[in-house]
Amino acid sequence: MSETTRAPRSAAEVFRVFNRMALQGFGGVLAVAQRELVERECWMSREHFLQALSLAQVLPGPNVVNLALMIGDRFFGWRGAAAALAGMLCAPLAIVLALAALYGQFMHLPMVAGALRGMGAVAAGLVIATALKLAGALRGNVLGWKLGAMFAALTLLAVGVLRWPMVGVVLGLGSAAVLLAWRRLRP
Amino acid sequence: MTALLFGAHGLQAGVLLDLFVHFGMLSLLAIGGAITTAPDMQRYVVGERGWIDDAMFTTSVAIAQAAPGPNVLFVAVVGWNIAGLSGVLATLAGSLLPSTTLALAATRYSEQRRESRFVRAVTAGLAPLTLGLLLATGWVLTEPFRDQPGAMLLVPLTVLGLLKTRLSPVWLVAVGAVAGALGLTG
Repeated sequence: MSETTRAPRSAAEVFRVFNRMALQGFGGVLAVAQRELVERECWMSREHFLQALSLAQVLPGPNVVNLALMIGDRFFGWRGAAAALAGMLCAPLAIVLALAALYGQFMHLPMVAGALRGMGAVAAGLVIATALKLAGALRGNVLGWKLGAMFAALTLLAVGVLRWPMVGVVLGLGSAAVLLAWRRLRP
Repeated sequence: MTALLFGAHGLQAGVLLDLFVHFGMLSLLAIGGAITTAPDMQRYVVGERGWIDDAMFTTSVAIAQAAPGPNVLFVAVVGWNIAGLSGVLATLAGSLLPSTTLALAATRYSEQRRESRFVRAVTAGLAPLTLGLLLATGWVLTEPFRDQPGAMLLVPLTVLGLLKTRLSPVWLVAVGAVAGALGLTG
């Protein structure tokens, strides 16, 4: 996949794109972010997106919020970071508070409960599909395709199936992977 | 009006400060996303302080999941249920200010040294873990309905929909909502 990237024209455009992204992000914004930033707006390549996401995940704090900050900051400094953050949070915050205020009146209806369950299932599928899309970026990784897939599988097993605390898994497996990458990058 | 601003408990500056400090501390521990701090948040606001009950906490998370936007907004709903709009301000500022400051500093550091061996080793080494964590998150999200074949069938269908078509994810979510409302996910 050959991708040519372009930069947003202004902080206002950053706000608009992140706002649009957040409003489509039911059950999490990640799948939408990948589609909008990499495939639609072409602000970054798939490889760069995975890199930024990796950093956003190991930093404390909400992942997509960290990602928004990084991307906004890269193009327009702190103004861009603020625009991305505001775009990501303002409208969804208003919606979620309206829902919280209305909650008691309709959440007990079976149709609403069913719809929520259906949306939850789709949200799970979206996260999995996004991971599969980004997996192609492992081919350019210095660890190599096989070792990368092995680390991904071990992480899935430890965190998803065995439910070990994430901090320990990331520190343990992460240090091993980073050390291997470090050795292979020897100049 | 007062209830809207300050919630059912009335204004308690101490409560707001406690919320801000505790949520700020948690946000610095939230490696892997805001939702990973939910268990400890529940322990604090329900168990230790008794500001809201268990059902209210679970509901707060569910409401945030049903709305569009980043998952971190569930802390806003928790804040709302504890102390109205001022609670929202306290929990959201607490959850965002410390972590965003740190994230910006780390981003600038790594962007300036993008070509250095250290930064390249860290990003290359962590990329496969990121993929594994995403798959794990997807798997954990299926937990509430693993015994419901209709809902479980929606998962691979969604994966195919996103990989094979250029549909926006929001349409796939709409399909899921309609299927669920019609009782097909039971």
